[in-house]
Order: sequence, then structure tokens, then C-alpha cells
Amino acid sequence: MRVFAVLALFAALALPAAAASLQETLARFAANDFSETAKAIDEIAESGAPQAASLIDALLNRRLAVTPDGGVFFTDAQGRAFDALTGSPVAAVPKGAQLVRTNNKLRGQIENSLGTLRLQAPDPAKRREAAEIVLRARDVSALPAVRTALSREQDPVIAKVLRETEAALVLSRPDATTEQKTLAISILRARSDQDAIAALRAATAGAPFAIAQEARRAIVAIEKRLEVQAAMQNVWYGLSLGSVLLLAAIGLAITFGVMGVINMAHGEMVMLGAYTTFVVQEVFRAYAPGAFDFSLLVALPLAFLVAGLVGIAIERGIIRFLYGRPLETLLATWGVSLILQQAVRTAFGPTNREVGNPSFMSGAFDLWGLQITYGRLWIVVFTLVVFAGLLLLLKATSFGLRMRAVTQNRRMAASMGIPTARVDALTFGLGSGIAGIAGVALSQIDNVSPNLGQSYIIDSFMVVVFGGVGSLWGTFVSAFALGIANKLMEPVAGAVLAKIVILVLLILFIQKRPRGLFALKGRAVES
Amino acid sequence: MITRMIVSALGDRGSLVFLGLLGVAALFVALSNLLLPPGSALHVPIHIVALLGKYVCYATLAVALDLVWGYCGILSLGHGAFFALGGYAMGMYLMRQVGTRGVYADPVLPDFMVFLNWKELPWFWHGFDSFPFSMLMVALVPGLLAFVFGWFAFRSRVTGVYLSIITQAMTYALMLAFFRNDMGFGGNNGLTDFKDIVGFNVQAQPTRIALFLISVAVLALTYAVARVLVTSTFGKVLVAIRDAESRARFLGYRVESYKLVVFVVSACMAGVAGALYVPQVGIINPGEFAPANSIEAVIWVAVGGRGTLTGAALGAVVVNAMKTTFTSGLLAPYWLFMLGGLFVLVTLALPKGIVGTLQGWFAKRGEAKRVETSEPSPPPEAPAAGKAESAS
Repeated sequence: MRVFAVLALFAALALPAAAASLQETLARFAANDFSETAKAIDEIAESGAPQAASLIDALLNRRLAVTPDGGVFFTDAQGRAFDALTGSPVAAVPKGAQLVRTNNKLRGQIENSLGTLRLQAPDPAKRREAAEIVLRARDVSALPAVRTALSREQDPVIAKVLRETEAALVLSRPDATTEQKTLAISILRARSDQDAIAALRAATAGAPFAIAQEARRAIVAIEKRLEVQAAMQNVWYGLSLGSVLLLAAIGLAITFGVMGVINMAHGEMVMLGAYTTFVVQEVFRAYAPGAFDFSLLVALPLAFLVAGLVGIAIERGIIRFLYGRPLETLLATWGVSLILQQAVRTAFGPTNREVGNPSFMSGAFDLWGLQITYGRLWIVVFTLVVFAGLLLLLKATSFGLRMRAVTQNRRMAASMGIPTARVDALTFGLGSGIAGIAGVALSQIDNVSPNLGQSYIIDSFMVVVFGGVGSLWGTFVSAFALGIANKLMEPVAGAVLAKIVILVLLILFIQKRPRGLFALKGRAVES
Repeated sequence: MITRMIVSALGDRGSLVFLGLLGVAALFVALSNLLLPPGSALHVPIHIVALLGKYVCYATLAVALDLVWGYCGILSLGHGAFFALGGYAMGMYLMRQVGTRGVYADPVLPDFMVFLNWKELPWFWHGFDSFPFSMLMVALVPGLLAFVFGWFAFRSRVTGVYLSIITQAMTYALMLAFFRNDMGFGGNNGLTDFKDIVGFNVQAQPTRIALFLISVAVLALTYAVARVLVTSTFGKVLVAIRDAESRARFLGYRVESYKLVVFVVSACMAGVAGALYVPQVGIINPGEFAPANSIEAVIWVAVGGRGTLTGAALGAVVVNAMKTTFTSGLLAPYWLFMLGGLFVLVTLALPKGIVGTLQGWFAKRGEAKRVETSEPSPPPEAPAAGKAESAS
């Protein structure tokens, strides 16, 4: 509230002075002479009058007219008429008014001054954007406008950008003093990005030795910082990829790691989860478009149920006949995966289906120079929650206890009265269900097509094997390690080569430690 | 001595029937195409000859796979990679033969290299203008990869599903690599637009028939080599390793050496099969490395009956004939249902495959009559299939 009051006061104080000079400026249009118009444009740009931008815009688009008695009027894009002096609307442009002529040279000047005028636009985002544009263009003539804007700027963030812009312009001016330039260099050094480097580099040419030296030092410092920042950004991408890998692999860590069942249809469970999301969103779009943001919340339990039930059906129908025959299980579940893919293709068509992002998952924010998208952030958070929930389920519930008992010693567990067959089915259902909710998350960042699962299956197996079969923490570490290693290598080697290198390294690693990073200790001679 | 070994290996009823049928079928196809008028009911059109040639190459791959999986328990999900490597070696030879007849008419560089603005031939393309060198590479490159891969994997005792998964990762990595344009193998498009093979037009009818007959001969030879291997003492050790690896090791056999030899031999066979496949289908591209292809080859063996060799060849032909029939026309959308169902059905209901089941049936019926036991028994079968691979 107080801010507005201060703003209003400023406006009230500034207005009469501006209006006085504006009157003289506008009188120049009456001459309808190119050189007079050019002067007028510059004066308007520096006047800071609220209607300045629309006035110059009108001039550019031949909507500015002068009446014989010296009145200046303009219309906006919608055709509403305004008095140029006061900026207030009028009924219509008076009869007999003449359009002010422009030529190519003027138009160039108009566009420049429009750029600086936007520095005073009422919308802060536009002001900031304009400042950045001027900074990049380094048009020295804009310096007065930048200074005017700076003196009026209330928003500290934009003021900072303006100061940086001013610094960049000062550096480009041959007549600036050494102190001014040194200050400018330190300001740009603090800004520390590619634009600052460009401005500094321009300053090194033809500058006195001390200044050039200072600028070069600043460039080196900035480059070093940028490198660290790029590495941090890659680590973040790696974390994000790692969480995707973990999501896809975590269900497999249960079925393969804990139960020892090779489920090649695991990827298809992920796919089923993604398609469940699609169906839920379609229902929301049709019946409750307002509540679209909640569609994912509804999709999560449904995806768990759908994939889990399909998983239980597979376990009861096929896998239970194949316990102890891992290679046969592999083949049979591969067959299941083909059937599921084709079923989805028949039901939903072979092309990608559109899955929307809820509003809380779109957009991005800036953290110490890192670009972080909300979608990725939520997926990382979601993955951690799922992982923690799973650990809790395994370690702190009676179902988890039974599950671990059955996997460690089936016969003993059976003698203690644990229904092993049911635990098997439920465990498989749990692993598949988790793959299903992974599908909900992956539908947000990947194409939802019948081939969705195929692209994850090899990676998921690699993650589980690398981490150590049967170790959930191993899967956790391995997913993030692989994700980060992949993303750190990508800028050097390219995406495909990075992936190949990772695969080859993994193959070599398995030779060295066939049981993975965190092998379960046991006395079995054979796998 | 060696002759006797070969005679005793190939003298059993299964081998004689298999080789005999193969020879008769090959001769019939070739002669009917050449001699019978196109209108005749028995005439085999040339595109069918090429199709059958493709099946025969698949059958060779299946026999190679059966050698390692059926007899040594190594479930390789990467045999498609060896097949494709052999194919690429042949493809490189065929590309060099194109010469100035390519679109860009460069005497040395294949079209795709000119297109990518390459100035000279990469080092690994040298020598492929020579047919004998290329044929050597056809077997050598897959063999070398298998040797290096097997050397590491078997020595560190990576077994069972772990081995399967890393073989799958291997073929996947190769697929990604061959999709890259900078690799120098034509990237996405692979190698195609072949003209000549040893001076004969690959498209011409006599060449196609010759290629078909050579493929059949190679299948027969592959079968014979595999059969001699598995009936020898070496083969007995392989089966011992399959059924009880640590027991074989404790008995003093160098398990990893046996595995390595059979893996390399099998990879070379797969490479040769791939080399014959390429001129008959006219293209080789990175899609051949797809993990799904390798798994499909496994199902051919499973359908026909693993550990039977003849079954593997039969399975390859039967499944691919089904594929050809069902992927065209009305039933096309349902082919994957059928293929998937086949995977499930065979593993659940027919673990020994077609030939294995038949053999078991014959053996049971013959048991009552037969007194003599020294008769070369039908190829060893996995006892109750399941115990073959111990649980992980």
C-alpha cells in the first residue's frame, strides 16, 4: 500500500514538469519536418511520459496526427483516440488533422527509442526484458534512457539489471573514466553470464592496458563460474534422469531383486500406468475440466491397481509355474510384454497419446543460476517418496516381514504358516503396481505410446544389476550414479555415445563384480 | 578317425532325415524355379526362393544359438548382434563392389560417405573390396567380439540371467552405435542398393538360386559341425556344464574355456548366416541389432526344441513362415498376440519344443522294443527341463 502511495506521489510531482517540456516537444510534430520529428522522438523517449511508448508506437504505425492549431492526437491499435499531450482519451481525432510522415531513417530511430521506452513500461517483466535487450545490443546512445529508467526504477531486481546494462554501455563508451569503467567491470563480473562476457570482451579492445587487464581477469573468473554452473546443471539433469531410472527400476528391484523373477514385461507395467493416466485425464477433460490438476492424484492409485492386478494375473497365470527356471520366465514374460503392447496398440492406436501436465508441474524457476523445471522437481520428489514408502513397507509392516521371510527361506516361511503362494502373488503385484505409478510420473515427461515400456526395460535391468540384485539401497545408488554419469558425459560425448559408453562400462563392471555394487552376502556357490 | 567321428555323429536317424529332407527340398526349389514354366502348379517363383533363402539363414542362426543354449545353457540374447555383424561385413563388401555405379559415382567411397561429405575411406573399410578378405571378416569379426566378450564374462563366472542381460545390453549398445552416422556404417539407413556379388548381379535369378543353394549348404555344414561337436567328448562336457556347472568345475574341467570355445564357434556361425542373409534381402541396417530380434531367435529354438539342433532349424522356418503369413493381410494386427502367445505357450506347455517332444515320444515307444543301448541316443535332453539352469 505504501509503495503505491509513494508511486502516486512521484507521478504527481513528475507530471507537470514532463508535461511542460512535452508541449514543446509535440510542437515539433506540427512542422512535419523529418529532422524536427527526429528531435521530437528523442525528447519523447527521454521525457518518461506515461503515454510516450504508445505515442511513438502510433508514429511508427502512421496513427499520429497533428491538427492545424498545433494539437497532437493519436489512435491505438484498436482505433481509440487519445490526446498526445495529456494521454487521456478523446472522442475522436479532430477533423482536418494530418498524419505525421516518417521515412526509413526515422523508422530505425523509432524502433531504437521504442526499445529504450520499454524500459519504462508499466509491466515489470517487460521492463526487465527491455533492459536485457539493451544490454545485449550495447547501443551506446541508449545510455541516457537507461539512466533515466534506473533513476525511476522501484523494483530492486530490475534496478540491478539496469545497473548492469548501464555498466555494459559505459564499457562501450570511449569517453568513460577509468573509475567508471572499473566499477562497470566489477558490476558485470558480479552478473557473471555469457552476456557479461560479451560486454567485457568488447571492452578489452582498444582500452587502456589496466582496464583491458581487469576485464580479462573478470572474463576468466566468469568463465570459471559458468563452468561450475554448467557442471551443477548437469548434475541436476543427472539427478532428474537418475530419479526416472529409479522410478522405472524400483518395481523391478522388487520382482527381480527380491523375488528373483525376470520380468521382461516390467516395462509394459510402466506403460499401463501411463495409459491409465491418459484415460483418467480423458475422463477429467470430459466431465471435470476445472479439476484437471487433480487428475494425477486420481491416476496414481488407479495405475497402481491396474498394473498391480495385471501383475498378479501374470504371476498366477504364468510365472508361478516357472519358479526356479529363470530363463523360461524370461521368455514367457517377454511373450507377455508383446501381448500387452499389442493389446494397448489395438485399444489406443499405435501413435503417441496426449497426456497433459497439471499446472503445478509446468514452468520453471531459477536457483543460483540453475534452470529447474517444476515437472522434473516433482518427479525427483515423487521418486524419493515412493522409495521411502517402499522401504517402510518392507521394513516396518507385517506384509514386508512375510515377504522378506519368503524370499530368504521359502520352506521355513511356509512351515511358520506364511501362505507363500499368496505372498508371491502380492509381492509381484506390489512390484508391478509400483511400475504402474512410475508410469504416471513418466507420462509427464515421455511420449505415451505402446513402445514406452520397451525403452526402459534394458536400462531398468542395468540399474538393478549394477546396484546389486536384492538390495533396494543398491538400486537407489546405482540409479542416481548412472543418471549423473550419463549427464556429465553427455556434453563431452553426445547423448548416444554417452549411453553406449555407460552400457559398455556396465558390462565391464558386471564382469568385475557379478553381484553388483551392494551384493547381498550369502553362501550360495552358484547364482 | 575323424571320418568315423563324422559318420557316427551324422549317422543317426534324426541327422539323416534332416540332411536328406534339406537336400531334397533345396533341389526341388532350385529345379522347379529353373525348369518348370511359371504357370505350373509346382513352380516356385523367384521371390519365394529369396524368402526361403532368408528362412534358411535364420535356421542357421537358430542352430548356432541352439549350440550354446541347448547344449551349454548359455542363453545369449545377443546372437542377433553376431548375425548383424556378419551381415555388415558382407554389406561392406557389396558396397565396395558398387563402384562408380552409385548415385554419386565415386569410384571408392560408398554413396552415404559422399553424402556425408567424407573425403576418404575410414581405415576399417579397407580390404573389403576383396572377396576372400571379406569372407574372412564375416566369421572373424563376430568371432572376435564373442571371444572378447566371452573371455571376460565366462572367466568372471557371469552366468544365467546375468549373462543373458549383459548380452542383451551388448546388442543394444551396438544398435545405438550403428545408428550413429559418424560410425561409418551408413547410420540409420544401413547399407543397401547392392549391385554385384563376385561379378554376378545380386538381383538376377541365377544368382538368387545360387545364394539359396549356398545358404542351404551352409546350414547343412553348420548342422554337421554342431552335431560333430555335441556328440564328441567335448559335447558331453558341454552338457555336463549345462546341467551342473560347479560339479563340472570341481571335476577339473576348465568350464570357462569350454564355454568360450562354443560361444565363439556359435558366433562365427551366426556371422556367416548373417552374411548370406544380406545379399538375399538386399539391405542391412542397425535394426538387425535390436534386442527384440535376438529374443525372437531364441523363441525359434524353443519352439523347435532346444538341445536338438534339427529342432532349432525347424523352429526358425516354422515361426518365420507363420510370421510371413500373418504379418500381411487381415491378421496383421494380431501377429504380436500370436508371437507373444507362442512364447508363453511353448515355455509352459511344450518346454521341449516340437522335435524334443517327438523324440521323447519315439524314445518311449521304442524303449520296449529296443534292447541295444549303445545306439547313439537322441541328443541329450535337459532332464525335466527346469533343472538345466539352476535357480538364481
